[in-house]
Amino acid sequence: MEKVRVTGGSPLWTRPEFATIPFCPGCQEPVASEALLQVLEETGLVGEAIAVVGIGCNSFLPFLWKMDFVMAAHGRPPDVATAVKRILKYPLVFTVQGDGDCFAIGAGSTVSAAIRGEKITIIMLNNNNYGTTGGQMSPTTLLGQKTSTTALGRGGNEEGFPAHVAETMATFKGVCYSARTAVNDPASFQRTKRCLRTAFQMQMEGLGLSFVEIIVACPPNRRLSPLETIKWIDDEVLAEFPLGEFKNVGREEMEDREPVEVKG
Amino acid sequence: MVQRLLLQGNEAAGWGALAAGCGAFFGYPITPQNELTEWFAREFPPRGKVFVQSQSETASINMLYGAAATGVRAMTSTSSPGWGLMQEGMSNLANAELPCVVVLVSRGGPGVGTTRHSQMDYTSATRGGGGGGYRNIVLAPWSVQELHDHVQLAFYLADKYRNPTVVLSDAILGQMAEPLEVKALDFGSLPPKDWAVKGITRHQDGQRRGLSAGQGFFPSPQYPTYLDFMSAFDRKLKAMRASEVRYEAHCVEDARLILVAFGSTARMALEATQAARERGMKVGLVRPISLWPFPYEAIRKLCKSAKFLVVEDNLGQMLEDVEMAAGEVHFLGMLARHEPREQGMVFPDKVLEKIEEVY
Repeated sequence: MEKVRVTGGSPLWTRPEFATIPFCPGCQEPVASEALLQVLEETGLVGEAIAVVGIGCNSFLPFLWKMDFVMAAHGRPPDVATAVKRILKYPLVFTVQGDGDCFAIGAGSTVSAAIRGEKITIIMLNNNNYGTTGGQMSPTTLLGQKTSTTALGRGGNEEGFPAHVAETMATFKGVCYSARTAVNDPASFQRTKRCLRTAFQMQMEGLGLSFVEIIVACPPNRRLSPLETIKWIDDEVLAEFPLGEFKNVGREEMEDREPVEVKG
Repeated sequence: MVQRLLLQGNEAAGWGALAAGCGAFFGYPITPQNELTEWFAREFPPRGKVFVQSQSETASINMLYGAAATGVRAMTSTSSPGWGLMQEGMSNLANAELPCVVVLVSRGGPGVGTTRHSQMDYTSATRGGGGGGYRNIVLAPWSVQELHDHVQLAFYLADKYRNPTVVLSDAILGQMAEPLEVKALDFGSLPPKDWAVKGITRHQDGQRRGLSAGQGFFPSPQYPTYLDFMSAFDRKLKAMRASEVRYEAHCVEDARLILVAFGSTARMALEATQAARERGMKVGLVRPISLWPFPYEAIRKLCKSAKFLVVEDNLGQMLEDVEMAAGEVHFLGMLARHEPREQGMVFPDKVLEKIEEVY
């Protein structure tokens, strides 16, 4: 049974070193973060967890967490997490990245970590634009979506088509788990927690790279109110990006992928 | 026990890293440093140490960043075009104050350049090619033995200052074989790496550790403002300038003309110096071992009695540093290579000719 916290958030939030909490009204990154922190608290993994973030609004988050963290360059968290995990071996190592960080500037790092089957978890917060820099087009911007660099709306011929990252990650043999979730209502919040728990369990069992994409709202850059942004996610974003688990392989299946013994 | 081996410079760097207690290496193939990466691929996994062949030099330097954040001694190596790709990472390592070592086996440039020997990366190594005013300590070995020794010194200096350190090798040093004494060098004690990430339950004080390449941007208890960080960074740079200048001087006491050369080219310059002495000319040599911090003061003192000839395998990069320190400075560069071919080196007799010209 889910443990429901009636008052307050996770005790893993800590007092910020900033003057104010640096998130816009209606931003769902703190909501996704709350799901993450609740999972860490419930699974008892926080003591040995190391978060790796890149650049973007999400890079503010670990400054607000009672947890060790490393902040890296834009797009490079999978490389940094690879080294941390390979050296220390014991901890839960996860990245928190935006969709630009994870699959535009950092696409090479993300895909390469998947190819190598690094025993890390990549959490991609997908808000369909570059939030921190003022709402420019990102790889997951919808067709027709207006951003500050697609003033007339994203057109497929000129600007390409939305990238389906969770589905793409599922195609790599080194990836044991890939899911897309959202935090647009209480039920999806609970589903997000289940997905994160599964992803972390698989990492700790050493099965491979686990990936969770979380759709989050970015109202100011969408030029919509918080509630209108959630309605837009319900009606349009989820139509383009269906929620669900695209890969969830068991230990036996991953063990079949063990490299064959090399004679020689 | 001292182990004596006949080894290439590239492999000597690997043995030096092992002697220094390096625990992780990340590398991407590029000529002329491949023997170095291959050495780690061969020697590290059987010893339980980490080797990863990365997908790019950009990845190598960021893996190095992650490794250094755990407190382990970690290293990468590359050559000139890869060095270009690593500059953002070098800047971030400097900002996050993460100690690590990069062995740069330079080749001809700019751009893809050639795989032949050159000293074309002097400026980018000593000035810092990434964003924002940081400096790398740069050591310039001139022999296979020194490559081995300097990698160990580089790890010590990196830890001492929490700053990346570069060992600037080149295609000649990397590829040539010389006798090597493999031994661990002791440079003294270092403070514990209490700042490394491990997970909060593994810290004695139970407090979290956060390592960020955004120091100055994000307020921290240590550096509440950007200026607090810049002041501390300035103190660090000044401390390195004050304490880490290294050079060798040969026959400079009575010299009328002093050659300044580093790395493999200093070997040619020394031979020419000796030949000039045999001809009765008062010629000396200064070999900067730390290219940053550069031995300005030593050269400034000598310039009262001598003029200078800079010898280097490029179009004149260290030349600018010598000009900053000294009065009359002449230059002999790669265009004066002995053989008018791509592979030619600056030979001692070319240097001697120039000595006779400017003496």
